[in-house]
Amino acid sequence: MMQSLNFPPPIYNNYYIPTPQKANHFLFRNRRDQTHRFPPLLLAAKHDLALDDDEDIGGGVAPLPEGLRREVMPRHVAVIMDGNARWARQRGFLEASAGHEAGGRSLRELVELCCEWGIRVLTVFAFSYDNWTRPKVEVVFLISLFEKMLRSELDNFMRNGIRVSTIGDSSRLPESLKKLLSDVEEKTRDNSRLHLIVAVSYSGKYDVVQACRNIAQKVKDGAVQMEDIDESLLEQELETNCAQYPCPDLLIRTSGEHRISNFLLWQLAYTELFFAEALWPDFGKAEFIEALASYQQRQRRYGGRRRS
Amino acid sequence: MKNAGIDKAIEILGKLVRFLRKIMIHIISVGPMPDHVAFIMDGNRRFARKNNLSEAAGYRIGLLALISCVKYCSELGVRYVTFYAFSIDNFKRRSDEIQPLMDLFLEYIEGLMKEGSIVSRYGIRVYFQGNLKLFSEPVRLAAENAMLATAHNSKLFLIVCLAYTSTNEIVHAVQESCEEKWGGAILLNENEKNDAESFVKVTDIDKNMYMAIAPEPDILIRTSGDTRLSNFLLWQTTCTYLYFPSSFWPEIGFRHLLWAILNFQRHHQYLTKRKKQG
Repeated sequence: MMQSLNFPPPIYNNYYIPTPQKANHFLFRNRRDQTHRFPPLLLAAKHDLALDDDEDIGGGVAPLPEGLRREVMPRHVAVIMDGNARWARQRGFLEASAGHEAGGRSLRELVELCCEWGIRVLTVFAFSYDNWTRPKVEVVFLISLFEKMLRSELDNFMRNGIRVSTIGDSSRLPESLKKLLSDVEEKTRDNSRLHLIVAVSYSGKYDVVQACRNIAQKVKDGAVQMEDIDESLLEQELETNCAQYPCPDLLIRTSGEHRISNFLLWQLAYTELFFAEALWPDFGKAEFIEALASYQQRQRRYGGRRRS
Repeated sequence: MKNAGIDKAIEILGKLVRFLRKIMIHIISVGPMPDHVAFIMDGNRRFARKNNLSEAAGYRIGLLALISCVKYCSELGVRYVTFYAFSIDNFKRRSDEIQPLMDLFLEYIEGLMKEGSIVSRYGIRVYFQGNLKLFSEPVRLAAENAMLATAHNSKLFLIVCLAYTSTNEIVHAVQESCEEKWGGAILLNENEKNDAESFVKVTDIDKNMYMAIAPEPDILIRTSGDTRLSNFLLWQTTCTYLYFPSSFWPEIGFRHLLWAILNFQRHHQYLTKRKKQG
């Protein structure tokens, strides 16, 4: 059934043999329950395959742009949406709010592209725990922008099969936003084409600490022995465990800043980092293609040896 | 006769290069200088392949590059230098690839303790951090001896991460924190429930990390162009400036450090503000 949705490239060359659906997923069925941290290198490239024939992904998957290969598409992309305030300043706006609105439009476009190209999980760093120290006007604006976008995009989410989850310390959010978030999460729970994780009031360190605290509590209650504490146990307690693929394959940070800024600490262990020079409101299809192309050229070895 | 002339010329050239370096260091010292620089030493084998050398030769030249970096950092006034020498993931490689590395480590560690090595010349205190239990007995003993032998130095702290991954470090810190909070306490104070005390906090985990001996890195440099952290210092690099030159590790030079520091200085003001908030 999925074969029909593939658009094989036109055959002009007699010697060209179209890639036989190397998308022969039935050979690699174990990838869904497998922890993705150390996939055997042989399967690594195929492991990145976005199409799953045993899941209903709702719509079709559009053909990829020139130069991108489907078998090496990342499953989980994370984005740090940096540069809205700078964008606004550059264009002469007094407040950063114009930048944030433009940033919202950029985000909408990115979500659409991810849906079309078969990326399964998209995590966006909407608001960091450290951002609470920004001017109150800006914070209030951001929260209201967020609420507005959630309300207006809900239909879009349902239509396109997008599941929304939030991660972060929700205790500091206003009640109206908390309620809206839980409503949206509830309504979109069964969608499965794209999992959009929005990090609001999130800090990577805090995520690890709360995972440690949960484990410590379990040790105290006797549910877990101290000797049994290991990496996979901690990973299961992280907030990203709601996603099918908790660790990003590709992290994009815009506006040319070369740092992580307390986003997804643990999960970024083997993530390929890409630093885009463009500011977030200027980050569009072309820049995303550039990031994906760069990702596809990388060789991921996970500490082992390269198979030459 | 001719050799003496060439040697003299090389000596003068060397002195000139050192002098130029000193001038450049004076110039950039006008701005904020990093206190802690971390290095991921990637690309030794690719360098060896590129230059038709054996892998072992590649690693040895990599070792020389490490020593030069320590020297440059000492001249720059950097107090903590960290190197990612061997990851727990690297144990996945074949044993004939790992063994030469182990031999090299042993040779290097023993060399450190000799008279006239860089340790004594630059007043370096050496730390070997990581899950050293995963190593064989000779390497582990040599590492522990080296740490003891250099404990009196304090001008520069050289931290070599052996059998290290950041996730392992965090898990170890959690285990230690739990042990601290409840290892002994559970037996003694069954009924006492001091909730505030019994929570695991960020400070507890920070305290029990292998890298608690050093402040957070100001700059992290990974050579050979791969832009990823590979499970190194995930906890400590939240505000670190990341720099990814495309040269291989043995090709690293003073110019890379200089460029990294200049970029670090550009972002320094913003980063210190963030650190205070965070």
